Amino acid sequence: MTDITNQSLNEIIKKVKTKKISSTDLTKAYIKNIESAKKLNAFVTTTFDQALDKAKQFDNKPNFDQLLPGIPLAVKDLFCTENIKTTAGSNILNNFIPSYESTVTKNLWNNGSFLLGKLNCDEFAMGSSNETSHYGNVINPVGDQLVPGGSSGGSSSALAADLTPATIGTDTGGSIRQPASFTGTVGLKPTYGLCSRWGIVAFASSLDQAGPMTKTIKDCAIMLESMSGFDEKDSTSINKKKEQYSKNLKDNIKGLKIGIPKEYRVDNMPKEIDELWEKGKKILKNLGAKLIDISLPHTKYALPTYYIVAPAEASSNLARYDGVRYGYRSKQGKDLIEMYEKTRSEGFGDEVKRRILIGTYVLSSGYYDAYYLKAQKVRQLIKKDFDDSFTKIDAILTPSTPSSAFKIGEKTNDPVSMYLNDIFTVPVNLAGIPALSLPAGVDKQGYPLGLQLIGKALDEQKILNIGHAIEKNCGFKNEIKKWWA
Amino acid sequence: MSLDKEKIKHVAKLARISVDEAKVDSLTKDLNSIFKFIEQLNELKTEKVEPLTSILNQSLRSRKDEISDGKIREKILKNSPKENKEFFVVPKVVE
Amino acid sequence: MSKEKFDYFIMGDKGKYEVVIGLEVHAQVLSKSKLFSGSPTKFGAAPNNQVSLIDSAFPGMLPVINEECIKQAVRTGLGLNAKINNYSVFDRKNYFYADLPQGYQISQYKNPIVGEGKILLDMPYGSKEIGIERLHLEQDAGKSIHDMDPSNTYVDLNRSGIALMEIVSKPDLRSPEEVNAYIKKLRSIMRYLGTCDGNMQEGSLRADVNVSVRKEGDKKFGTRCEIKNVNSIKFMQMAIEYEAARQVELIENGKEIDQETRLFDTKKNETRSMRSKEDAHDYRYFPDPDLLPLKLEQKLIEDLKNSLPELPDKKKERFIKEYGLNAYEANVLVSEKEISDYYEEVAKLSDKKLAATWMMGDLFAMLNDKGLDISKSPISAKHFAELVQSIKSGEISGRIAKEVFEIMVESGDNPKKIIESKGMKQQSDPKELEKMINEILSKNKDKVDQYKAGKEKLFGFFVGQVMKLSGGKANPQLTNEILKKLLKG
Repeated sequence: MTDITNQSLNEIIKKVKTKKISSTDLTKAYIKNIESAKKLNAFVTTTFDQALDKAKQFDNKPNFDQLLPGIPLAVKDLFCTENIKTTAGSNILNNFIPSYESTVTKNLWNNGSFLLGKLNCDEFAMGSSNETSHYGNVINPVGDQLVPGGSSGGSSSALAADLTPATIGTDTGGSIRQPASFTGTVGLKPTYGLCSRWGIVAFASSLDQAGPMTKTIKDCAIMLESMSGFDEKDSTSINKKKEQYSKNLKDNIKGLKIGIPKEYRVDNMPKEIDELWEKGKKILKNLGAKLIDISLPHTKYALPTYYIVAPAEASSNLARYDGVRYGYRSKQGKDLIEMYEKTRSEGFGDEVKRRILIGTYVLSSGYYDAYYLKAQKVRQLIKKDFDDSFTKIDAILTPSTPSSAFKIGEKTNDPVSMYLNDIFTVPVNLAGIPALSLPAGVDKQGYPLGLQLIGKALDEQKILNIGHAIEKNCGFKNEIKKWWA
Repeated sequence: MSLDKEKIKHVAKLARISVDEAKVDSLTKDLNSIFKFIEQLNELKTEKVEPLTSILNQSLRSRKDEISDGKIREKILKNSPKENKEFFVVPKVVE
Repeated sequence: MSKEKFDYFIMGDKGKYEVVIGLEVHAQVLSKSKLFSGSPTKFGAAPNNQVSLIDSAFPGMLPVINEECIKQAVRTGLGLNAKINNYSVFDRKNYFYADLPQGYQISQYKNPIVGEGKILLDMPYGSKEIGIERLHLEQDAGKSIHDMDPSNTYVDLNRSGIALMEIVSKPDLRSPEEVNAYIKKLRSIMRYLGTCDGNMQEGSLRADVNVSVRKEGDKKFGTRCEIKNVNSIKFMQMAIEYEAARQVELIENGKEIDQETRLFDTKKNETRSMRSKEDAHDYRYFPDPDLLPLKLEQKLIEDLKNSLPELPDKKKERFIKEYGLNAYEANVLVSEKEISDYYEEVAKLSDKKLAATWMMGDLFAMLNDKGLDISKSPISAKHFAELVQSIKSGEISGRIAKEVFEIMVESGDNPKKIIESKGMKQQSDPKELEKMINEILSKNKDKVDQYKAGKEKLFGFFVGQVMKLSGGKANPQLTNEILKKLLKG
């Protein structure tokens, strides 16, 4: 018997629709996988009983017209889920049970899917290796000493290990694309405002976007279509007609102009990354696309800008975790101020505290102009770089990350070297534009490597199409041996 | 610009995070290396650049003035660290 | 208007000090729901019953602005003759407090919705213009209750997220009296506009008071102290008096004034430093990334401008022109919208000038006695107009009118009915009166002779007799005329 769980979401949906498998059997297959994959530590919470109930309900009264008919899905534990514990990977939310459902997950459920469990992530999505989670490191199925990337590390690990047919993450500076790249999967960060932020634990409000993580581009289109849409509860949500990304997916990219930014060739970049990029260019050229050298001159300033803007917003967004209304409260506080200080000190991990301090400092009196205001100006320049380029081109091709997955503990002592992991992904968040990472090759150790496609605002369909074309022609196959089972 | 321990303690106070004395040194080192990295921005001349206030090029959307919420006290108080049926309860505030 | 001279100075041993005051008024916007959530704003609900997940800052909750609050701010700005800014930005003001769930207040810092404007005050020494620096929208905080439990503070978030307008004056005020006039005028304008109910007991109007002193004639302002959250005009005045005296004393003793936030203790009648606010100066304002800049269409502003009601200053001019009132009367009668509405209703149906006199006299005295607003007056405007007309037509005398007024207050009846049923109608038939007077004169021949011999004081005696005989109903003017005529004869 073929294993249903190692197939693409699209294939699984077809099988459910043609009644080759019931939602209940499908759910049971994933539960079995999850139970044998505890070593990966991808889940913070599982909701098997509830999932089996929902599967049964579906099987009793199936609706095959939905985008995600009877599909169980695990999601990053940053999405608030009604009556299901939501931790954001933090001790400070170790007992928090929301009474509400995030818009994005609600959209998924309204399209026929249901929750399988909550996936581990870096604390408050602050990290690039899933090593900042209060609930422990997540292991990359690619190798037992490897990080799965971050912050959506539980999501990438679970997806690559066949513990969920598709998943969603959030991406503030690369938190979908980098883990996708590290695990040989597809991840897309949509245009800022395409997916509602309502009910997602906030990290940096002007950068956060939820997006799909899938095994194929087609799956990615299905998930994006299911989760996105205007939400009047989010003032930054874009009010536009819903797109049919999966139906409109095509692989004819003839005549498209693809920008190749020279600033993405950085010092000390492994040769394999360069080779991967070359491979991507070649595929596009062979398919009739036109390669155009472009310059995004402020690229090198994106990461420093990000490390002002994101912590500044985070320092304010995380002020609500004060032990007053929900979440962890220290037993030690004699008066209110002491209660705050102890609660926040014990409730937050080191990386989160570090970023809160950076953010507090760059906004504080006397430093605002030198840091925060400066960063907002440079952000304007970075955005302008992209705006200017997109008058001449349709999309941009770059590597997703400067390296393949690294070892657990390798970068934890040097925050800056950890931050440098996001060097190719961060500019896109600052500009609010969409980008996807798709697996296109492996390094000499056999670890997957990703290519990034960047589009202009609301041009998701175009980058999905280009991704689709590369996917068909790059010959990548994610060969993960289930060593943990 | 370098951050000394006193400055860090002051910022921690503003952020209402108590800093373990034993960790101050490593924190100072980490923050300084991060700020050194951040300060690359000083290479750029930005006097004439407008700071970006919003990445979206649209105006603020508003809602109608209608009562559509409230009366959910139980839900609001359900997660409270200190149980009470009417109020949130915190250690005494010293004015 | 009398031209008294401005005279509010603090006398020190080393000179005369001028008090400089600026106010930051926090006015609750009249709206059904909160600034960024759909919870109700009604006063007096059970604790935490008017709280949404947004007001209590649950993870992932986002603000969406209430369009009515924007309009109310614009209306108020227009009422203050202020510049409306087409572009404004919402910022986060970051600080920690138990009743501030988000850990920040959404406010407007660099780009407020309303810019400079002005308010005109009528002071005994002439009219004075007070500059408005700005008006911005912000969220209210919740309420901390410290006296329910010895070791805990209780937090009620019903107020959390209610829209406030912070209206900042320029440091143009110079005395507690001017502060009184300023608050009353501001309150009146907002009540005319329907943008704030001005109810100070319920906390709909509070102010932070900035006070500094300087030697008379000095150009430079002194160091100011901010007295936080004072919720009555009386307390504002007391706080200013105390604070100004304190600062003068410090200066006279050669000491420095610290720029600080102070608290007014209403029990001890003193201000004191708020130590808990020591790091409060560092609010780390930055644009709220959950909200976009607010861009107002010029058309919206024009529409709101065209639909504004007549405001006190305009109405005052009109009352003087249309009703022939003097400036003082007009001022009093436009001070509250309800008063002006009442007056206009009365004036439509009766003598305009007499109506003003009687309203400002007997009616106001009665309302004041009973502690009632004019909207709760036991005498309707229509009845009051009838009373005024009865006086004007000579149907009843002023003295009788006072009696009728009393009965109206008690019974709520219309004056016609009272006058009829109690036979209080004035004796105004000259023939009848002449008959009555002749009778009196013939009974008092001796007094008539004495009068004619030059004892003119006796005129009053005859009037008294007429009043006595008529039960006070004789028309006094006619009585005078007839008496004079007959005594001459």
